[in-house]
Amino acid sequence: MSFLKKPKTCVFLLFIFVLLLSILGALQKGAFPIHTEVWLSLLTGEHPLFKSSQNGDIYILWYLRIPRVMLAVLMGAALGLAGTLVQGLFRNPLADPSLLGVTTGAASAAALTIVFCSGDRIAMFGMAKIWILPIMSFLGAFLTCMTLNVSSKWLASGSISGLLLLGIALNALGVSIIGLCTYLATDEQLRNLSFWTLGSLAGANWTMVVMMWLMLVIVYVCSSRLSPRLNALSLGEVTAAHLGIVVSRLRWSISVMVALLAGLSVAFCGVIGFIGLIAPHLARAVIGADQRVLLPLSMLMGALLMLTADTIARTIVIPAEVPVGIFTALLGSPFLIVLLRTRRHRIG
Amino acid sequence: MRRITPARLPETLAFLMRRRALGRLGTIGALAMSQSMHAKSVGNRPPRIVSVGGALTEIVYALEAQSCLVGVDSTSSFPHQAQLLPQVGYARRLSAEGILALSPTSVLVTEEAGPPEVLRQVSNVGVPVEVLDSGYRFEGLVQRIARIGRLLSTEAKTVALIERLSLAWSEVCLSVSHHTTIRPRVLFLFAHSTSRLMASGIQTGAHAMIEYAGAINATSDFTGFKPLTPESLIAARPDVILLTEHGFKAMGERSSVLKLPGLSQTPAGRAQRIAVMDASLLLGFGPRLPMAVQQLSEQFRTSVTT
Repeated sequence: MSFLKKPKTCVFLLFIFVLLLSILGALQKGAFPIHTEVWLSLLTGEHPLFKSSQNGDIYILWYLRIPRVMLAVLMGAALGLAGTLVQGLFRNPLADPSLLGVTTGAASAAALTIVFCSGDRIAMFGMAKIWILPIMSFLGAFLTCMTLNVSSKWLASGSISGLLLLGIALNALGVSIIGLCTYLATDEQLRNLSFWTLGSLAGANWTMVVMMWLMLVIVYVCSSRLSPRLNALSLGEVTAAHLGIVVSRLRWSISVMVALLAGLSVAFCGVIGFIGLIAPHLARAVIGADQRVLLPLSMLMGALLMLTADTIARTIVIPAEVPVGIFTALLGSPFLIVLLRTRRHRIG
Repeated sequence: MRRITPARLPETLAFLMRRRALGRLGTIGALAMSQSMHAKSVGNRPPRIVSVGGALTEIVYALEAQSCLVGVDSTSSFPHQAQLLPQVGYARRLSAEGILALSPTSVLVTEEAGPPEVLRQVSNVGVPVEVLDSGYRFEGLVQRIARIGRLLSTEAKTVALIERLSLAWSEVCLSVSHHTTIRPRVLFLFAHSTSRLMASGIQTGAHAMIEYAGAINATSDFTGFKPLTPESLIAARPDVILLTEHGFKAMGERSSVLKLPGLSQTPAGRAQRIAVMDASLLLGFGPRLPMAVQQLSEQFRTSVTT
């Protein structure tokens, strides 16, 4: 068991264990009490996949609760990964897809799609619905990323405050587009929109889980191959270039990845803020700034945070439900304040 | 731990048996038994209704079937006893598992309920979600009552309620039509605070109510709700301003309503004519509809003639 002697491996094993425990705990919790017998019947062949007539309990477990918990974990991991990538790319601990307007960009693209491409305007919308929203929100996120990328170079080169101000401007632009859409929307579209802008995991289903899973695996594999380059980038663009890294290409590929993650998560769950900002900070506090280990640990942290927040959100006022965004911020911000206090010298 | 109700007794028994008989055979036997018993008990079970929408809850109460109600949403504020039932939250942000945990036999929703994903999830479990649209008409109310009556199998009470309401309705219509000589222009202000005012155009509940009460909707040149600017307020030339009680309080009562920019330039502002009505009464389209129309037309008449 020589690998256990490495402290980093132990940290990972510990957090994976905690995450697994939390998943089990979250699966137990919920408005609908689910007995052990129902759990057992999932294993003993009475699976809803193989049975046409469905018992309510098992259906709730298999089609409502398990996908929701899985989606919370995957969403959290995706947001954590996106946050770490953005922070690494902009070499800025304040960067975060929602702070920089990437998620808002995705949401505004989605809002435009809901308002202008729905109903009778595009007949095929009903069938393509599951694809058009993710694609549009990806495009929105990607466009915002590219704008940030390009303009942060020639508007405010190397300046942290310049980048953040640009992010605020893009955010405001996205919010105003969403506002315009709510003004133009019909009542039914408005209901769709409010689901997006507030962020919720209530719509979770297996299709979303599988798509999110695939995306996460692909992006994680690609980004972990880039993590040594991100490490080099943390020394500064010039130094990274001297080390033989094509910085512009790195920027480009990271932007695509962040846009994919942010776009898909917005498409499925709307705007859920703060996880992308906090997860990397927590991970950095535990394991240091090496991107090779930071990326997977931020994903674990994000997954844990999101799962906790969502579980609280759906169980605290049973049988009603609280928007999950409230709890991501409520859990996250005290952590962040403590971190800022203790690590002030490194962030400055 | 799940409560042991008579309806759940077979399941609980089966569960206990299964724990004792570890063998697979025993499990299958118990399962088969529990399922057949379950099937029988469903038929006789009284309906368990989750009602999402104040008007729908009112209808259930009007049919004296409140014992079937197992949950209501936050808009179900009338009658007051309804507020004591388990709350499933705001009608537009429902939670599938929360509703299912009340093990309803059907869920009544208005067309406003959502999100659509949640409603789909609930109906996928096999709990029928009944969307009851009033269409902002009296006929819509009658249809709602008829459908809820069918669900609750309270035929006699349904017929009686519909007859009673139809009678009241024709009386109200008659009394309103007696006063068609004065048709004031009414502007409904949908307000949460002074900073965000909305006016209601056609195809809204407020428009229908204003028309039913024998008045003219001052802002009938658009559909749905639109923000109200001081200029469009003056252009609408309202004789009366209509507010919900909630909005009236949120804006800071009479004095601050009269200070609204532009209002002093309208007939309503000059004569200080403000009508206020409880939101669930005014916009609910529930069994109190005839009463609401009656009260509204009286409010309009007295405010215009004085």
